[in-house]
Formats: sequence, structure tokens, C-alpha cells
Amino acid sequence: MDRIAGHKSGLTWAVHLSVVILVVMWLFPTVGLFVSSFRTADQISSSGWWASLFTAEQNEVFRTLDPDDHKVADGDVFVVKGSIFDGAPRPISAWGVSSKDVSAYTPGDAADMGGGESLLLQPDGSYEWRGPANKLKGRGQRIFVTAEVPPDFTMGNYETILFSGSGQDNMARAFFNTLTVTVPATIIPIVIAAFAAYALAWMEFPGRPLLIAFVVALLVVPLQLALIPLLRLHLGIGIGKGYLGVWLAHTAFGMPLAVYLLRNYMVGLPRDIIENAKVDGATDFQIFTKIILPLSFPALASFAIFQFLWTWNDLLVAKVFLIDATGSTTVMTNQIVELLGTRGGNWEILATAAFVSIALPLVVFFALQRYLVRGLLAGSVK
Amino acid sequence: MTSLSLKDVSKSYGAVEVLRDINLEIQEGELIVFVGPSGCGKSTLLRMIAGLESITGGTLDIDGVQVNDVPPAQRGIAMVFQSYALYPHMTVYDNMAFALRLAGKTSNEIDSAVKSAAKTLQLDHLLDRLPKALSGGQRQRVAIGRSIVRDPKVFLFDEPLSNLDAALRVATRIEIAQLKESMPQSTMIYVTHDQVEAMTLASRIVVLHGGNIEQVGAPLELYERPANTFVAQFIGSPAMNMVDATVTATGAETSLRMDDGGHATVPIASLESDMGKKVKLGVRPEDLSITETDDFLVAAKLAIVEALGETTVLYFDPREGADAFIAKLPGIHKVAKGTELKLTAPAEKLHLFDESGKSFLYR
Amino acid sequence: MPLGHNHTGGQAVFADNPALMGLFTIVIGVGACLAYFYFSNVILDTVIFPAKGKDAGKNINRANMVRPWLFLFPALFALTLYLAYPVFETLRLSLTDRSQDGAFVGLANYRQMLSEDKFWEAVRNNLLWLVIVPAASTAFGLLVAQLTDRIRWGNFAKSLIFMPMAISFVGASVIFKLIYDTRPVEQSQIGVLNAIWLHFDGGAGSLFFLKVLPTLLLVAFAAAVAYVVWGSVQAITAQRRDKSPATMALRLVVIVGGLWLVWTSISGLIGVWGSALPYGEPQTWLTLPFWNNFFLMVVLIWIQTGFAMVILSAALRGIPEETVEAAIIDGANPFQIFFKIKVPQIMGTIVVVWTTITLTVLKVFDIVFAMTNGQWETQVLANYMYDKLFRANDWGVGSASAIIIMIMVTPILVWNVYNARKEMR
Repeated sequence: MDRIAGHKSGLTWAVHLSVVILVVMWLFPTVGLFVSSFRTADQISSSGWWASLFTAEQNEVFRTLDPDDHKVADGDVFVVKGSIFDGAPRPISAWGVSSKDVSAYTPGDAADMGGGESLLLQPDGSYEWRGPANKLKGRGQRIFVTAEVPPDFTMGNYETILFSGSGQDNMARAFFNTLTVTVPATIIPIVIAAFAAYALAWMEFPGRPLLIAFVVALLVVPLQLALIPLLRLHLGIGIGKGYLGVWLAHTAFGMPLAVYLLRNYMVGLPRDIIENAKVDGATDFQIFTKIILPLSFPALASFAIFQFLWTWNDLLVAKVFLIDATGSTTVMTNQIVELLGTRGGNWEILATAAFVSIALPLVVFFALQRYLVRGLLAGSVK
Repeated sequence: MTSLSLKDVSKSYGAVEVLRDINLEIQEGELIVFVGPSGCGKSTLLRMIAGLESITGGTLDIDGVQVNDVPPAQRGIAMVFQSYALYPHMTVYDNMAFALRLAGKTSNEIDSAVKSAAKTLQLDHLLDRLPKALSGGQRQRVAIGRSIVRDPKVFLFDEPLSNLDAALRVATRIEIAQLKESMPQSTMIYVTHDQVEAMTLASRIVVLHGGNIEQVGAPLELYERPANTFVAQFIGSPAMNMVDATVTATGAETSLRMDDGGHATVPIASLESDMGKKVKLGVRPEDLSITETDDFLVAAKLAIVEALGETTVLYFDPREGADAFIAKLPGIHKVAKGTELKLTAPAEKLHLFDESGKSFLYR
Repeated sequence: MPLGHNHTGGQAVFADNPALMGLFTIVIGVGACLAYFYFSNVILDTVIFPAKGKDAGKNINRANMVRPWLFLFPALFALTLYLAYPVFETLRLSLTDRSQDGAFVGLANYRQMLSEDKFWEAVRNNLLWLVIVPAASTAFGLLVAQLTDRIRWGNFAKSLIFMPMAISFVGASVIFKLIYDTRPVEQSQIGVLNAIWLHFDGGAGSLFFLKVLPTLLLVAFAAAVAYVVWGSVQAITAQRRDKSPATMALRLVVIVGGLWLVWTSISGLIGVWGSALPYGEPQTWLTLPFWNNFFLMVVLIWIQTGFAMVILSAALRGIPEETVEAAIIDGANPFQIFFKIKVPQIMGTIVVVWTTITLTVLKVFDIVFAMTNGQWETQVLANYMYDKLFRANDWGVGSASAIIIMIMVTPILVWNVYNARKEMR
């Protein structure tokens, strides 16, 4: 409404603000999962994921090196030197040597612990603990540190889920199983449906309107009805549970949408072009492969994305037609559901597993969104 | 030599008959134009010749071979569509080569055919472009080029100029006329609803109306000797005026009395039995002139004047139950609206039709 | 595939490597499809009806009569065997008993199903889903579509809201389980919902957000529904000619359903003010009876809003600009333009979106299965059916519940076919 004279700019601002709020609301859940997948189990259970994006103050306890092994003589006293941080130093705001007062000193100060014993902690985390031999013995001195913890993320969860994890924690196999289900189940229905769609769009034969109505009707039949009869059929003819069965099932279940979508698109191609190809001497087969298929690319891409997302994200069909008692053919969705049951509290595993399973669809989604939108617009029955 | 002949051809969709008893012989090298109002069946007839519509009854011969059941590609025809029907995913070159490739020609043959057609049509520099990168006129030329490379016996054009703007339409029309000149042996059939295209391009015009052929003839023949009132009013713009009249004398010349008082004697023969019959006298607006004498055809009150400079078109109040009466006079005439004017025309320019609309010339 | 080798030790690579096997299948499957189409056409044209000799023309025509069926055969076969036949087979199975060797038992399975509380719980929940999810998704979708219509980063915003469409129901379930997560009160909450909940302490803020705001929303909702009901009542009582039985029935359904919704909102209102909220205690959201249904629905609404938005956004773009400009000149404010000019013009699309989401809702399985598995009174029909089929191994009752789903879908099926046929003419 920017172009309209005399409009209220307050309204424009309200619109922008509302959209921002809606976008944040819709994005927040996914971002939570994404962030959590980069945190360690301890981090996840100690604070909400939203806290991890900012620097936080955290109380930590360290212990100096063992005095019996590491003390060196310095005149008439002994000294133990070292650093509390293994890796890079973190900013220390305060520290102490007693649990009663964990922030008694600032970095660079020395704590006098009586009897000639003192401890000096530098801002970089290095310390000098000095004192007579009777004090510097036994276990190392405890140091309580209030440190600022910057955002800290790890790839460890992905390492576990993709490579090193064992049993249910390893998604590599399920990932490839899912891929194995998805790719043939996406490509084969396209080929079959494209031919049928061409026949329904451009070939003259009796009963054509009836067949189109048949396809439209099957578009809404819930696949729940197909489960028992087809499982019985598969078991009866020896396909059993396995890839072949799930490919066949996905191919058939995707067929109504594929035929409907592709026919609607093809019927919109200009009649003149097809007739001209006929005059040019093309057979139906040649018209299909040389004219219709190249021109139908947007519709083919739309359906391919639908079918990919649907088969990749499917749980029910895989559970019924694919996954047998051994579980060796499990797909990612199924494995995640099982993880929810057995490792419901282990968010580092769950979040990472879930993100591994949604990563590829998200990539496909953002790369090919244009075609997805076009397919949605063509595919909803008017 | 006869190139194409239609015998008793008819077409019906279910119970609806769209073409009846079409008989037509087309000679080699002719440019035949099918013309008629929309819905007259001209496009259907063309598509039947192309093989895109089945023939319900009768026979269609091309070069002496009956082709009723022959698929389009084997009929030796090429077609230029109204929308050009260029394959949008192929370059200009591939568009032109497509049919030849399907026919299994060698790439050398294809290349020389495409190149020479492209040269004729000045498409050389566009061969690598996709159709969407061409202008309307260029697309039209590619569509024509695509038909030329096939070297067909018969070219079919389905309203090829109707998607072009007015200026381009004239230019392309002239190009098609030149193309025809350069290929005197090829037969062309051209469908249009525009009578100017028909008059300028055709060697013979076929006027279709309501599924029938009304008349076949050279352009000026149709203009000068229309076979019936439909053709008379379809060819020529503005349309021929029709005046109700009664025959008062018969013989080698026929005398008439108009219902509103005018009278005429036309050099058209009539039979004695025509005496006293109701007829229609046809007169073209451009043949009329204003007269002061009592020897007038029609007297009427002027309703509207359109001064175009080169001509002046006068619209008269129609008599009750009659069509509007129009006169088209050369030059500028300053006449006031509402004036009662008397109009006349040379006797040899008058047309005479009987009550069923048939011309006296063709009885 | 180094991973495959790790698992198999390099031997039996093919049989044990699903990726390779998948690749093999693609080649075989696609190759077989293409070969079928190519060779069946070649055989038709050269062997059965050769386009040569004196019958050439006739043969070509005959071949062209057969060819469509060659093109259609694989698709029709799949459709018939995998979708049409199961409808009837399921109907038959629902009348038999597996434990009695498939003997015909009439409506016994249906009787048993109707006597189960779990079934009625599933029906009640499904009805709730059917009203709320399509309504909320369509409303949010329309809102986003309208708001983003004219702003410069609108496409970017739409793309982000559309994104959940790509996420599986299972993935979404994990995402939302994290949001609903509960920790004991002494630990810090890692679920957003509880973290927010613990900020409410019964003070003014709580009063506004948990009592006043819901009241306003419920009253607005009830008023909107009541308005629609009132319109329908007037349409029925008015003396007009367009009283076909179908529209009458539709209006009656609207009135009954609307009154039920108004009643539900009012009782919800009583609930809002009557209940003492457990401030300061972390809640296990998914086990709160009745309310947990809404927490599950949020997942589907989150996913489906993007779908509604995309379609409605295109519909809004399709509205002739002139009608909006005419309304501006007539003095309509933005809200009037939206509700009186734009919405009526895209009513057809709204119905399409609504029915499409309704279909999705009727089949919803994964979300319930993954999040609660129907416990704590969250059962829905699709999950009930799965339970019966694969847990209780009761194919009779399972099939009967599948038939119930089919019956609920049938009106939409008839409507779609009717429209498709109308469009083809």
C-alpha cells in the first residue's frame, strides 16, 4: 500500500513488525533444534539452547597440579606453577580458594591462605602456589573461578551420529537406507505417470473423462486403506517386506498426484505445437519424448520434489512395507521414533539425528522452492 | 495438373454437421484462399486436408493419391499455424531441422535445406536463437521457413497473419506474395477471415459459409460477379447495399422499380417468368454518386457523414425493415446531416439477385 | 562409499550396500519402464499393425486406437491394484474375523469398535483436529499472505514460514518435543514453553496473558462463529429460491457445528477463569488431558500454514488490482478492503486450501505416533487403526476404522470429482 497517497506510515510499520514476529515464531523451533545439535549433553541439560548464543558467567572449580609431583624448590619455599585452562584462556571475573567465598579475589591478586601459603592467579589462568613443604602436600589446591563462557559449540554430536556411534546412535546406515528408498521411488513414478498423463491430455480414446475422474477420486483415498490388503498381497506373492515392496508402494501412492499434476500441465501446452509436430512426421512416442517431456520440465520437477519430500519424510509406508524384524532396513524417521522411545532425554543425540534427517529436504526445499510452489498451485484440486 | 481434389467431403462431430458436400479441384501452383466468417468451417477444412481432423465422408486426393487415412506427415503437406507453433525449447535451426531429422535425412541434407531456407527468409543470423528471443515477424518467418525446408507438395497457412500488428501484417503479406512468386510450382492453401488478405494474395478464393462453399473464383470475379447475396456482401467494404425491387420489364435487359420510388434498367438478362417478381438489386457503396435528376436509384435521408479525406462515407436512415444504406464517394463532400439525397449508379455496375439470394448471372 | 566398506569389510558389497543396490534399481526400474514404452510402441507399429502395404492407413488408425492404452497401462495398473482394489478389500476385511480364519462376521467388528472408549476418544480428538487445524492453518496462511503481499522482503519471509513443509512429521515432532520438554523444578528448564511458564507468577502479567488475552480471543472467536451461524439461519428462513437440498444440508451442518463451537468457547471461558493455574511448577505439557491435543495440533498447524500461505498468496495476487483501487476510491479502509473485497474474491481458493488440509488431518499419524502414541487421551483414528493392525493384530477392527476414515473423506472425494468433471466440459 506504499503507493497510495495519504497512507498512514504507522500501519506499514505494524505490518513489518507483525511479519517479523510471525517469522521468528515459525523459525524459532527449528533453530532450537539446530543449535541444540551443536551442544554437548551437559550444555543442553544445564541451560536452554537460547542461552548458549550469548556469553554467560559460569562458576567452575579447578584444582592445581599435584604438589607431591610438581613442586619445585624456590629458596626455602616450594612453588607449584601451572594454568587452570587446558586450551585458550577465558576471561575470569573473580576467583576464590574456598567454597564459602568463591569470588573473593580478582585476577592478578594473590590469596593469602595463612602459614606462608599463598596463591596467585593471573588473568590468563596461570597460577603460582607457594608455601612451605608442610602445606604443599596431598592433593592440589582447589580454585573456584567465575569465568565468562563464550558461546561454545561442538561437532561431536554429528561425529557420533554419522560415524563413531554404535547401534541406534548411528544414523549412517538409516541415511543410506532412506536414500535407497527415496531415489527409485521418486524417479520411477515420474516416468510411468508422464506417459499416462500424456495419454490423458492429448490422445483421443473412449472413456478418457472417466479415467480422469478416476484419478481425481484416488487423489484423496487415504493410504491407510491400502495397508492391510497390500501387505497381505506382498506377503502372498513373495515380495515380503523389503525395498521392492516399498518402491512399489511409493510408486503407486504417488501416482494419482503425479498423473493429475502432469496432465494438468500438459493439457495447457499449445495444441498447435503438438499438431505441428504431427505434421512434421513425429509419432506419438516422438512427440512425447522430444516435445512434451522437455516442455513439461517444470511440472516434472514439481512432482519430483513432492515425491522426494514425501518418501524421504514418510514413516508409515516404511514401517508397513519395508522394515522387518531384523531392523537392518530401518529408515531415519523410524530410527528417530525409536530414539524418542529409548533415549528420550538425550537431546544431543535426538536433535542431531533429527537434523541429519531434515537437512537434505531443507537443502532441496531452498534450492528448488520455485518448482515446489508451482507444483502446489497446480496440484490442489480446484 | 491437379494437385489436390476434394470430392463430396463432409465433416460432422456427432450429430453436428460442420461441412457438407465440399467439392474442389486445386491445380498445381495455385494459391487458394479459404475465406468466410468465423464458424464457417474454413479452418476445419484446412485441418482435414492436413490430416489433423478425420474426414467423415467423401475423398481427399493429393497428387492423385487418396489420402483420407494417411497420417499428416506422409501427405506431403506443410502447415503454418496461427500461433506459429514454434517448439519453444529448440533453436531456430532445430525448429527447421526437426521434421527432416524425423524423416531420417542426413545431416548434410538437413544443413543445406535449412541454410537455404534461412537465406531466402533472411533468418541466417538468427539460427542459434530460441523462439522467445525473436520478434513476432521473425517468428512468423521461422514458421514459414520450417515449412519450406520440407519441400512439400502443398503449403497450408492457418490465419498466419492474425497475430501480427497492422503494419507488420501488411509487410508480411507482401513477403508471402513474393515467396509465392519465387516458388511458382508450389500449391498453397491459405485460410483467413480478412478479405483484404484474400483479395491481395489469392489466385482463386473459396468463400465458405455455414459449412458450404458459396463461390469459387478469382478475386475480381468474386467482386464483379458475386454468385449470391452472401458473397456479394462478404467481399468488398463497406458491404454491398441491397435494395428491394420489383421486376417491371424482362428480356436482355431488366427493368426494376424500387419499393421507395426509384427505378433502374440493368443490362442483365431475365426470363419472362420473372415479370412482377420481388428481387434484390445490389449496388456497391463505391459505385454510387449523388444526382439531382429524377433518374435516381434511391432517395434517402442522410444520417451520418464520415469524412476520411480521400473518401466520404455517407450513412442513410434505413427504410423500415431494410438494411442501412451506405454510399462511399471519392474526395470531400460537404453535405449536412438530415438532407434528403438522391443516389444513382452506372447500370453495368448493378447486381441482381432473386428472392433466394442467387445471382441472375448464374441461373 | 567408504561407509559401506566400513560396514561390510569390502565383501558382498553389492548385496549389503543399499546405496549401490538403489542405484542398480534405478537403472533397472527406469530402464524397464522406458523399454516397455519404447518396445511396446515399436511392436504395435511394426508387428501387429504394420504401417505398410495396402492396409497401411487403416493399420495406422488401428494402432492409434491401441496406443493410449499402452501409455496408460502401467499407471492404471498401479492405481487399480494399490489404491482402488484395497478400498474394496478393506471393506471386505472389515466384515471378517482373522482369528476365525477370515470368516464373515457381519458388523461384529464395527460393534466391537463402537464399544471401545479409545475409539470414541479418537473420534472426538479427530473432530477437534478437523475444526482447529484447517481453520488455524488457513487463518495464519491468509494473514501471512496478506501481510507479506506488499513488503519488499515478503518473499524472504514467506520462504521461511514455508520451510516447515520440507520437514518430516517425525522431525517436527522432535523439534516440538524439545519445546515441550520438562525438567524438575530445581533444574533450569530447557523447553521454551516451561521456561516461559515459570515466568508467570500469578501477578498482573499473568492475569493479562493467561486470563484476559485468552478471554478476548475466545470471545472474538465465538462472536465470529455466531455471526456465521446467524447468517446461515437467516439464509434458511429467508424466502429465496436457491434452496437446493445440498446447500440446505450444508447450512444445517454449519449451524450445528457452529453452535457446538460457540458452546465449547463459552465453556472454555469458564475454564479460563475458574481454574487455579499451577504457577511455578513446570508442566509436562503432553500429558495434560485434553490440552495436550492442542499441543500436538500446533505441530501440524506449524507445518501446514506455509502451504495455505503459498496458495492464498497466489490467489491474492490474482485479484484484479482495479477492484482494490475502486474500493480505495470508494473510501474503504485496509481492513474493509481485506474482508469485503479481497476475501470474497478468493473464497474458492480458501475452500480448496481448507479441504486439502482437512485431508491431511484425517490421515495424520506420524505426529501422534511419535509424540504420545495416543496415550494421555490423544488418540486419533489413523493411529488407532495402526494400533489395531500392527499391535493388537486385529485386522477386522483395524479395517473397520480405516473404513471410518474413508467415509469421512468421501464427501471431499465426491466434491472433487464433481468439480473436475465440471471443469472438463
